[in-house]
Parts: sequence; structure tokens; C-alpha cells
Amino acid sequence: MHLVLASGFDTSLFFQQVENGLVIGAIYALISLGYTLVYGIIELINFAHGDVYTLGTFFSLAILTALGVSGEVHGIALVGVVLVTILGSMLLCGIVGILIERLAYRRLRNAPRLAPLITAIGMSFILENVMQLWRGPSPVPFPDLIPNPTLALGGVDISLKQVIVIGFAIVMMIALQLFITKTKMGKAMRATAQDRDAAQLMGINVNTTIMMTFLIGSALAGAAGFASGVYYGTTWFFNGFQAGLKAFTAAVLGGIGNIPGAMLGGFLIGLIEAIGTQYIPQGAQWSNVLVFSVLVLVLIFRPAGLLGESLPEKV
Amino acid sequence: MTALSGRNRTRIGLAVLGIVLLAFPWLDHNNSHIDFLANAGAFILLALGLNIVVGFAGLLDLGYAAFFAIGSYAYAMLASQQFGIHIPFWIMLFVASVIAAIFGILLGAPTLRLRGDYLAIVTLGFGEIVPQTFLNLTQFTNGPNGISSLDQPSIFGKSFGFSATPYYYVLLVLIVLGILIAVNLQRSRLGRAWMAIREDELAARHMGINTTAAKLSAFALGASFSGLAGVAYAAKLSLVSPDQFQFNVSVLVLSMLVLGGMGNIAGVIVGSFVLSFINSFLLPQSTNLAHAIGLANVDFTNYRFMLYGVILVAMMLFRPEGLIPSRQRKAEFHEAMADPTLALQEQSEYEGAART
Repeated sequence: MHLVLASGFDTSLFFQQVENGLVIGAIYALISLGYTLVYGIIELINFAHGDVYTLGTFFSLAILTALGVSGEVHGIALVGVVLVTILGSMLLCGIVGILIERLAYRRLRNAPRLAPLITAIGMSFILENVMQLWRGPSPVPFPDLIPNPTLALGGVDISLKQVIVIGFAIVMMIALQLFITKTKMGKAMRATAQDRDAAQLMGINVNTTIMMTFLIGSALAGAAGFASGVYYGTTWFFNGFQAGLKAFTAAVLGGIGNIPGAMLGGFLIGLIEAIGTQYIPQGAQWSNVLVFSVLVLVLIFRPAGLLGESLPEKV
Repeated sequence: MTALSGRNRTRIGLAVLGIVLLAFPWLDHNNSHIDFLANAGAFILLALGLNIVVGFAGLLDLGYAAFFAIGSYAYAMLASQQFGIHIPFWIMLFVASVIAAIFGILLGAPTLRLRGDYLAIVTLGFGEIVPQTFLNLTQFTNGPNGISSLDQPSIFGKSFGFSATPYYYVLLVLIVLGILIAVNLQRSRLGRAWMAIREDELAARHMGINTTAAKLSAFALGASFSGLAGVAYAAKLSLVSPDQFQFNVSVLVLSMLVLGGMGNIAGVIVGSFVLSFINSFLLPQSTNLAHAIGLANVDFTNYRFMLYGVILVAMMLFRPEGLIPSRQRKAEFHEAMADPTLALQEQSEYEGAART
């Protein structure tokens, strides 16, 4: 069924773009959670976060290679391969995140704010260069491991890949929300975000808590890295730069420090990008300009973000 | 007393340096050296400009290359066959610095009231948008091919030709002018206002400083320096293309500042010279050396970005004031590191300011 309205507006094309937007939005949402968690707790824009996400794609690729997977996998084996790869990538990225914090940010926690921002830029450059040396400067293909039966729903093609990416992102977000609100460590994170000194006085180990924040944020970036590899089928060492900027925009749009805000922002940025690319003439060329314009407009008119009211209760 | 006083010694040192720099093209006939110095000069000018924004006013601008791009493209569009407009180089220096300053104000006006780290990300976004726009507006800029065969500057009816030497002198003059402007700005009322804002914006505002105006003028002045550098650089290359102004250029200039010492003019110049030297000579030469001794697969120029990253991280961790520090900046970095209570207090004040 292909619905074209009298005005010439192609609804199925529109919904196709909505669906694409939701998929890339799910990836942005996962990345932006890392920005928002870290910003919530130490008020630092972790510029290296986008590169941790790219690193996640490369780690996933390395794990798949180690497993001997280079094409489609079916049935129960697919579930196993996906789980092993995601968990491996999350673990490795989490470790990288902890190392970055320990190496580049911890010493500067009380320094003027300019200092950790500059080391963050530096870490980003170091990671990019390491990835370039590791996998070369050109795009690297990612195996198409998920079989691709598509389901046509009113003219919109929905593929299994897309369902998996979105479903998986939502599961992660719910798990994170539960972790933050229900566990003791989550409570410690919220307390540290609100007032580091008071938290310390209450017997919370602030260093461990901040380390946990980096671990979780980076692990989510690792998961997003896997999702992006599966969805786009390719990556390159510089991929995280723009994805990171867009995810940061998403975090700001939703209200930085606010977890549901980051998710909402991620999906919105994904939709803006997908729909803008379709309907603005030569939209693909302008998509970055579009997203950054959104960032500037949000910062000017609503710096607290869409869900910014709950900002005092950061994280 | 036979020893010279410190001040006189500095003067004599500067005079000798000036004579050497003026005579250099006669002393060294290797054209590639002059070419290198002219390019390094453009970056010194950029670093002097960024120093006003980051070093003096303490605003982290991560999209500085955008203003460099605007200056270069202004020359390319107004002094070439592109639109058949041929404004002389000397006038364009002025025009482009004004255009860049206007863009500095356009970017700064809505964003400068944001807190520091948001400003960093907005300028980063601006640094992405500008080259992308030049890339996309193919009908004006020829897209990825860029604009080539720009007008050659001429002086007293004599064209610059393809030699780097005239550009070397132009940049030398521009740098001396830039230093004079920067030194005087630093000592002026405005310079002290920047310093006050950098140390404590809230306190500065309470002392009656119009912080928005002061920050805007830092942005505009910093941008105008890169407008000048852009014109000189574009004319020298006789070509502009969007890929000359990517994010890594902004980070390179920032690394120059961090290496040499933010806020210190001598430090900034040394930092940019050292990094230019490493980029243009040390890395390619050591690659050649490695190839000569049989390490065919080594290419040190691939580690360029690693180098910027390591400089940024290592300097901030171990010597945040830079190789040649400015006294105040050194005190600022170490005061906060040494006294955590003070830093916390400052931080909570900062948060208070951000909420209002």
C-alpha cells in the first residue's frame, strides 16, 4: 500500500523517515546518556565520549572477528553472538572510560574549569589518533550479521535490524533508570551530583562513584557503538566526532544532567536529522548545520533544556 | 655597575632579534625556509588572536578556524576572478578583519552569556558550520574545489610573484602590529576587565564591569586577527578550500597557546613557532631519517594529532601555565589546585552565578 495524498505529500516516505529517525535517535540517545551522566556528576563536557563510542564499534568488530563471524548469523547463535559482542564492547569501553577519568580528569577536579575541558579535547584527539593507527584512515566495513527480513507496514519497511537497535536501546535506558533510582550506587551517584562535599560527609566514596559514572556512561557508548556498526555497516576513526556533537546536542536539548531528557533529546535529534535530510533541499549536506543550529537555539532560548525543570535533581 | 638592567637587556635582545628577522631572507637563501617562516607567521598571528579570547578573557573558543576561514574566503571572493572583483590586498586586510570581527560579534552576542563550557561547544559547532557552508554553497565557492588563482598582492606597482619573501615581510609587520595591539590591550582598562572576568566573572560584574561588552570585544578582536591571517595565508597560497579550516586547525592553534603559555604573548609566539617547526620540519625530517635507516613503514606525520592531544593533556596536568607562563595565569592555576576549599567555594559561586 503506497499512500500519496492529493497534495503530493508522500506519507509512507514521511513515516519511513520517522522510523529511520527513531533508529539513529536511539543510537544518539545511548551516547547522550554518557554526556549527561558525566556532566551531571562533575560538570564536565567529556569531549572524548564520542570517540569512546567509535571505539565501541571497533571493539565490537574485533570481537566478531575473534568469534569468526563475518556474515549473517541465524537463530540461537545470533542471540549468543550479539550478547557476547555487546557485553564485550561495553566492558572494554567502560574500562577505557575509567582510564580516561583517572588519567585526564581526576587531578583537575579542582582546577579552573578551562583545564579539564582542554584535557578532554586532548583525550579526544589521542583516541582518534590511536584508532587511526589501529584501523587506518579509511572507512572499515562492519559485518552484516543480522538477517534482514523486512516487514512492510503500510508502505513503511521495518527491518529486524531497526527493531533490534531500538528495542535494545530502550531496554538499556530502562535498566539505567532502574539502576539510578533503585540501587544504592545509583543513590550515591545522585547524591554526589547534587553536592559532592555533602555526599562525602555522608560516607559516600566520591571517587568510586565518579568512576562508576564513567564506567556506565562509557559502557552505554560501547553498546551504541555496536548498534551503529550493525545499523550503518561501516565506521571510521573520526565517526565519533560528529556523532558525539549531535549526542551532546541531544543531551542539552533534553536538559543536561537529566536522564529521561537525554533519551528524549536523542530521539528528537534523530528525527530532526532524518526528516531534515529528506525535506530540505540537499538536506544531507546541511544536516550538521541543522543540528548545530538546534543546539545554538536551545542554548539561547531554553538553556535548561526541554525537561530542564527537574534540573536541581541532577542525574 | 657594568651589568645592564633587565629592561635594557630585553630591549637589546629584541633589537638583535628584529635585525636578524629583517635580514633573514638575505642570510638564508633556501626558499623553503622562508616559506616555512611565512606559514609559521600566519599561525603566530592566529595564536595571538586566540590568545586574546582564551588567554586574556578566559573564554574557550574551539571554532577559531571559522574566522580564519571567513578571512580567507573574503579575500578569495573579493580579490579573484570568482566574481570579477579585485579589491587590493592591502585594503582587503582591513576589510577582512572587519568582516571577521562582525562574525565574531554575531556569534558572540547570543552565546556569550552562556557559561564557559557551553560556549566551548557552541563555538565548536560554529567551527563546523562555517567550512560546511563554504563547502555547500557551490555556486559561490566552487564547493570542495575551492577558489584558486587569487590576486597576487603588489606593492608600489610591483607584484609579489610566487616568492614567499614578500609574504614573510608582510606577516612580520602584521605580527609586530599584533603584538603592539595585544600588549596595549592587556594593559588597558579593557585588558584588566578581561582578566577580572577570567578570574571571577561574578565579582567582575559586581565591580561594575560590563562583562558582556568586554567578552564581545575579546571575541571581535580575536576574530579580527584571524581575518588578517586568513587574507595573508590565502594570498600566499593563492587558493582556499573548505578542508583547510577543519576542527584540527582550531585545536592546533589552541595547542600552541597551551604549550607556550596562555595569556603570555612571548609564550604564545614561542609555542606557535615550536609547533609549526615540529609540524613542518621535525616530523617530515624524522620520517625521512627513519626511511633512510630502513624503517620504510614509519611515518611520523601520522602522529601529528596524537601530538596535539598529548600536548593538551600533559601540559594541563603538569604545567597548565605553559612553557613561558604569564605570572597571573600561573597563580590562578596553582591557587585553585593547592587550595581545594577555595576552589570549591569558587565553584559554588560560579554555579550560583549560572543559575541567576
